[in-house]
Amino acid sequence: MTLFHFDNATFGYNGRTVLRDVTFDIQLGERVALVGPSGVGKSTLLSLLYEQHPRDVSLVPQDGALVRNLSVFHNVYMGRLQQHATLYNLVNLVRPLRREVGGVTRILDKIDMTEYLRTPVGQLSGGQQQRTAVGRALFHGGTVLLGDEPVSSVDAHQARRILSSINESFDTVVLAMHDIELAIAFTDRIIALQDGQVVLDRPTAGMTPADLDPIYH
Amino acid sequence: MTRSPAVNASLLFIGIAVVCLFFADLRVTTLHPWTELGRMALGFATPNFLELGDLLWALAYTVAFAVAGVSGAAVLGFGLAVVFHRRLVRWGCAIVRSVHELFWALLFLQFFGLSPLTGLLAILLPYAGIFAKVYAEILEEADQAPLRGLPGGTGVISAFFYARVPDVWPHLVSYTSYRLECGLRSSAVLGFVGLPTLGYHLETFFRQGQYSDAGALLILFYLLIATLRWWLRPRLVLPYVIAALVVIWTTGGSVMWANVVRFFTVDALPAPLHEAGPALPGLLQWGGEIVREQALPGIAATVVLTQLALVLTGVLTLVFFPLVSRRFFGPVGRTLGHVFLVVMRSTPEYVLAYILLVLLGPSMLPAILALALHNGAIIGHLTGRHTDQLLLRPDAPRGLNLYGYEVLPRVYGQFLAFLFYRWEVIMRETAILGILGIHTLGFYVDSAFAEIRVDRALFLIGITALLNLGIDGISRRVRAGLKLSQNPDAV
Repeated sequence: MTLFHFDNATFGYNGRTVLRDVTFDIQLGERVALVGPSGVGKSTLLSLLYEQHPRDVSLVPQDGALVRNLSVFHNVYMGRLQQHATLYNLVNLVRPLRREVGGVTRILDKIDMTEYLRTPVGQLSGGQQQRTAVGRALFHGGTVLLGDEPVSSVDAHQARRILSSINESFDTVVLAMHDIELAIAFTDRIIALQDGQVVLDRPTAGMTPADLDPIYH
Repeated sequence: MTRSPAVNASLLFIGIAVVCLFFADLRVTTLHPWTELGRMALGFATPNFLELGDLLWALAYTVAFAVAGVSGAAVLGFGLAVVFHRRLVRWGCAIVRSVHELFWALLFLQFFGLSPLTGLLAILLPYAGIFAKVYAEILEEADQAPLRGLPGGTGVISAFFYARVPDVWPHLVSYTSYRLECGLRSSAVLGFVGLPTLGYHLETFFRQGQYSDAGALLILFYLLIATLRWWLRPRLVLPYVIAALVVIWTTGGSVMWANVVRFFTVDALPAPLHEAGPALPGLLQWGGEIVREQALPGIAATVVLTQLALVLTGVLTLVFFPLVSRRFFGPVGRTLGHVFLVVMRSTPEYVLAYILLVLLGPSMLPAILALALHNGAIIGHLTGRHTDQLLLRPDAPRGLNLYGYEVLPRVYGQFLAFLFYRWEVIMRETAILGILGIHTLGFYVDSAFAEIRVDRALFLIGITALLNLGIDGISRRVRAGLKLSQNPDAV
């Protein structure tokens, strides 16, 4: 079943065209990496994808969009704000509820962040903040995840661990990535952009990083 | 030669003040002030703590009205800040905060009498207007990125409290606690119209020459303000508010609702409306008379006083701020500087003006000096704190060279921002001095209330509010024109 659909889509802002004649479909159950030089329009493409299903998609935005003065617990919990009544959310903001602490702790286990449960996000390193943003998406749940460079600031070992848990938790995954090796290892289709256009769209099976060299030069 | 806009603006305001000098009554009329002043000095040097129980109650009432009023205003202001983009809310807030607490108190006295409600509302209303504006500005400056990271379908209220409030929370808390200090001063001043706070006792003490008692009370008040950051703890806020409401309740006095009804249906309406026959000619005559005989002279005196006090405040600030700056003084010098500035900014202007009145005799001079000392101490404190954040090279000059070449040029913009922010406050504070007999608008309002001509008082308060709104508008333009910060942290 088709989840995302682009038919000759062109998009720009401030009078500048960012994406031109983009055509592709993404089916339910696919794992796709968007690659290409920085500034090529990957983030724009991701937000266009998000707008097609804003209600059912888990999102890891580029800067994490975290609240610095709130703890890791609260920032992860925010992935489920839409599921609860406002009063429940406010009570949990003032005094974390045991049920939610349990749920969030299980998520933090998967991304090695358990010890930072109560730490304000502003005191964490860039990599830890990024893992918190991923934690929020995992806690949000659902079947579809859109991630904008979700592992760009963590080390190779942790990146693999995080991508594995993303793949375990979501059926359909679309990630903007700059690390080609990780893209090939953890997705089954690569869409490469260059100058706002799709220049390559193929399965990762049998692919090597060298195959993508041309688009970076 | 092109001068910087900041220097041009300063010269313009100094020029206006020089013109005002010609219209100001600055005579020194007392011949032998030294006897009375000697008694005052002796009194303050020998504070009398024998009646400690009474003094502590006065202090308790002062704190209680401040805590209850400011916390109520914080809650109301926070609610209003969320809808501050609506024009009606913005205007409503501008109007309530353009009227001085003292006028609100005089107004509520007319129909609530000396009941707790009068003091509570007199602080709550104008402070809610201030909080709404400043909270809205703080929220607006906050990073909007966290809103983008929320799951689709998140409720508006949840989004607001999770993604917008937490990152500005420390800023909101520090602003609110700064305002509590202002609230303590306001609460003290409300005593001058009869509420049982500090001002009530100060007025009695001063009138009867009990300077030792006045000294003791003021010393306790300084201690209260100087120790604010130790006793004002976020965890204790709720117990404080409850205690404050209980203490206020004990001041007694019940509201006579018949008075409230009479106020709005009879007293507040212009007198000619009560007479038979066509109202319009009478109304025009009534309004024309007030404008001609009271409003215009009142406005002239208020503006002259304000402009002179503003420039003198600026001059004093530039002298005061090095006293508390790490760049100029060591720990001992700075501590003395802090003590001096706390005393200057915590002494109600009324008391400063009263002392100066005894020294210099009745003219505008005591009022100008009192306003300038008080406000200079406040802005000096803020500017001094600002200089501590400056990064200077290790081989920077010292003393006056440091002041003139390194520090003053760097803080001048911030100093002007504080000063222009304070402009409107200085104008509102002239109200208090009116009660001392200096013929500002506040004087005419106070007289009208004393003659129980409420309609006249209301009309004059309305004119005062318009004048304040006008100054506020000009100040905002000047600050925008000079590209000064629109929201200095705590003025």
